[in-house]
Amino acid sequence: MNPGYELPLDEAAYSFGFLDEYAKREVRRTILKAICIPGYQTPYASREMPMGRGFGTGGLQVTLSLVGPGDTVKVIDQGADDSVNAVNLRKFIELTCPKVDTTEHTRDASLIQSRHRVPEMPLTEAQVLVLQVPYPDPLVVVEPSEARRKVMHGEGDYSRLLTKLYEDIVQFDEITISHRYPTRINGHYVIDPSPIPRYDVPRLHHCPALILLGAGREKKIYAVPPYTRAEPLVFDDVPFRTEDFRDAQGQRRACARCGTRDSFLDELIDDDGNKLWQCSDSDYCNSQLASGQDSTREVAQ
Amino acid sequence: MKRILEVRGLSKIHGHGCPRCIDSTGPEVDSNICPHCGAVVAAHDISFDLHEGEILGIMGESGSGKSTLVKTLFFDETPTVGEVLFFDGERQWDLFALNAAEQRWLRNHRFGMVYQNPHLGLNFKVSAGGNIAERLLMSDLSHYGEIRERARQLLARTEVLPERMDESPKQFSGGMQQRVQIAKALATQPPLLFLDEVTTGLDLSVQARILDLILEIQQELGTAMIVVTHDLGVIRLLTGRTIVMKYGRVIESGLTDQILEDPQHAYTQRLVASAL
Amino acid sequence: MPTPILEIDGLSKQFTLHDQGQCIPSCEQVALEVYRGELTALVGPTGAGKSSVLKAIYRTYLPSSGRILYRDAEDRITDLAQASEHRILELRRREIGFVTQFLHCLPRKSALEVVAEPLLRRGGNREAAAEQASELLSLLNVPERLWQVSPATFSGGEKQRVNLARGLIARPRLLLLDEPTASLDPATTDRVVELLQAIKGEGVAMLAIFHHPQLVERLAEQVVTLQPPRPTPAMLEAHTS
Repeated sequence: MNPGYELPLDEAAYSFGFLDEYAKREVRRTILKAICIPGYQTPYASREMPMGRGFGTGGLQVTLSLVGPGDTVKVIDQGADDSVNAVNLRKFIELTCPKVDTTEHTRDASLIQSRHRVPEMPLTEAQVLVLQVPYPDPLVVVEPSEARRKVMHGEGDYSRLLTKLYEDIVQFDEITISHRYPTRINGHYVIDPSPIPRYDVPRLHHCPALILLGAGREKKIYAVPPYTRAEPLVFDDVPFRTEDFRDAQGQRRACARCGTRDSFLDELIDDDGNKLWQCSDSDYCNSQLASGQDSTREVAQ
Repeated sequence: MKRILEVRGLSKIHGHGCPRCIDSTGPEVDSNICPHCGAVVAAHDISFDLHEGEILGIMGESGSGKSTLVKTLFFDETPTVGEVLFFDGERQWDLFALNAAEQRWLRNHRFGMVYQNPHLGLNFKVSAGGNIAERLLMSDLSHYGEIRERARQLLARTEVLPERMDESPKQFSGGMQQRVQIAKALATQPPLLFLDEVTTGLDLSVQARILDLILEIQQELGTAMIVVTHDLGVIRLLTGRTIVMKYGRVIESGLTDQILEDPQHAYTQRLVASAL
Repeated sequence: MPTPILEIDGLSKQFTLHDQGQCIPSCEQVALEVYRGELTALVGPTGAGKSSVLKAIYRTYLPSSGRILYRDAEDRITDLAQASEHRILELRRREIGFVTQFLHCLPRKSALEVVAEPLLRRGGNREAAAEQASELLSLLNVPERLWQVSPATFSGGEKQRVNLARGLIARPRLLLLDEPTASLDPATTDRVVELLQAIKGEGVAMLAIFHHPQLVERLAEQVVTLQPPRPTPAMLEAHTS
């Protein structure tokens, strides 16, 4: 550390964005490295945050290191802006980052921190998506030693992961991974794209926005830079399939609330015990309702 | 017949070693542990050539360094010193000058290994077919149907019922596990195969059929093999040439029938006499 | 004057038995020549080292001293006493055959497979090899019902015929024969003699040991007599120590 360097303190004697400048600089350097080596799990010194590990501390550190005055932040949890985790993280950002706006609208956000979803609305070059990651290494299921996993990543050796997929097809006739689908970035490193559903994996491919993935407990940051290849691991003759939300008649289900048929749906059970389906992305659902595309709730029911 | 492997001055010392290690170990002193520094001289100054399609036997008791030798050639262990050249068609590889990725490539594509302990060669968490798939996937085959078909053919060739290809090798008999290992080793049609005590611990009748299979494969595919064993029967049946090792040194080498009928070294004479 | 295919000079073989502290001489100062299309017979009393000479040529025994010069199909001369193991293996595969009194074979291979094997080892076609093997077996009076059975269960005479067929099938340039007819009945022995005459006519050179002097007379162009080696000084030393 440079002893001649003094921390710039703001008026409240607190660093902007809670983290001290050293921490932010380290996280930013890590982010730069992660962008330079797409998909590489870059280690960093994950700080203690005033919340439990596993509550999005990795994503939050990335967000806090990147936001500055004039930014607009959106925080979602499983697509919703109003769930506990999202609300608390948003409040924390409001508290520690003066002059940073928050929003619930994907379109208005310059930085989106998300748990388990990629927003339905296409992201733009002006946006950064930060995903909270519980388990960064897709190889952990086949190799317990991190040292050996690092070698496997370095050599691009994912045969054991593919063997797992092979076994899946043998046993179940299809690949059964629903979340955290191993995805190869820029033709080399395979990442755990965090617990986003398969439905969202194609959205990583050539995405105009920068996508950063932060794992607080595991102390790793990795990136899918803008317009970078992100290809799910597959066999040539067994194509990658996303959730298709078809009912027994083969009809694409619609959202029970807004009626749209082109979004990722959550399965809910109402008070009478009936199953119904609703947009997972609350902002998208609201905007569909607002734009008057409400094609009647009866259709869905 | 062309050379496929050239081993020169290969040594493996476990521990730091000291200048007196080599002089203080070996068959003359009946030990491979250096009395001065405690290092283990697992193998010292091993040199030999292997030709295409040839089966070479490496014979010795446990602790003779025979397994160390093949494990080093298969990159399971790193040698202390020595040079090994691998000739593959037009290409020539200096094995220990390669980087890790190149070594892995050779291991996956051009070499095969069958271990005494099937746990080392097979992943018991995946099916027999999955084990073969893993090796095919390493060699960048990525068509599920093709992988399955190749695995089925390989298992059929090594006389494992294709109906059992989706079972875990855990449920197989010892002989069957070795067959799956052989199928896995052959998956990429390597020109060079290492067999480390593959029939040790199996029933005699099972041993015999595995050895037959190995011979048939050698005749069909012309695979060069290095067979490590302490069993004179295996040496007699499989190999054309034999190297006899003791305490990390080669004490005798020659044509297998000559080693068995006219052994030159006192140790080999005792070994052959005790078997007859 | 034709050039010999095999020329042995000063060949000696002793066995050093380390544990017993003994050195046992087996043959001493052997010199002989074998020509294409001719049979040279080795004769001499038991213990004269006749079999040792054949084994030394085949390198099953490592010669102690002397030269064994072999002229191969390309007219190159190889000293079999000094040649590399790979060279010996190559010559065994292509040019030099050995028929012994005993047949070592697997109990799991049929007679037909055992006979066809040398051809397969040369990279021959499986069907063609099997056809040639059946021809030879019928020529040597091996009943057809035995062809698919392992020779391990055969009588001594039957085994010997399988062994001969195996030795002859690959048509070696030099054939070493160690009492190939020891347990054959007269009729089959005649068949073997005919067969050996026939391949001699094809130019095969043979070095043979026969237990019947009669056979030597019928087949041999040359006869080499071996004498049992005298006890060497080394051996006496070993005994007295």
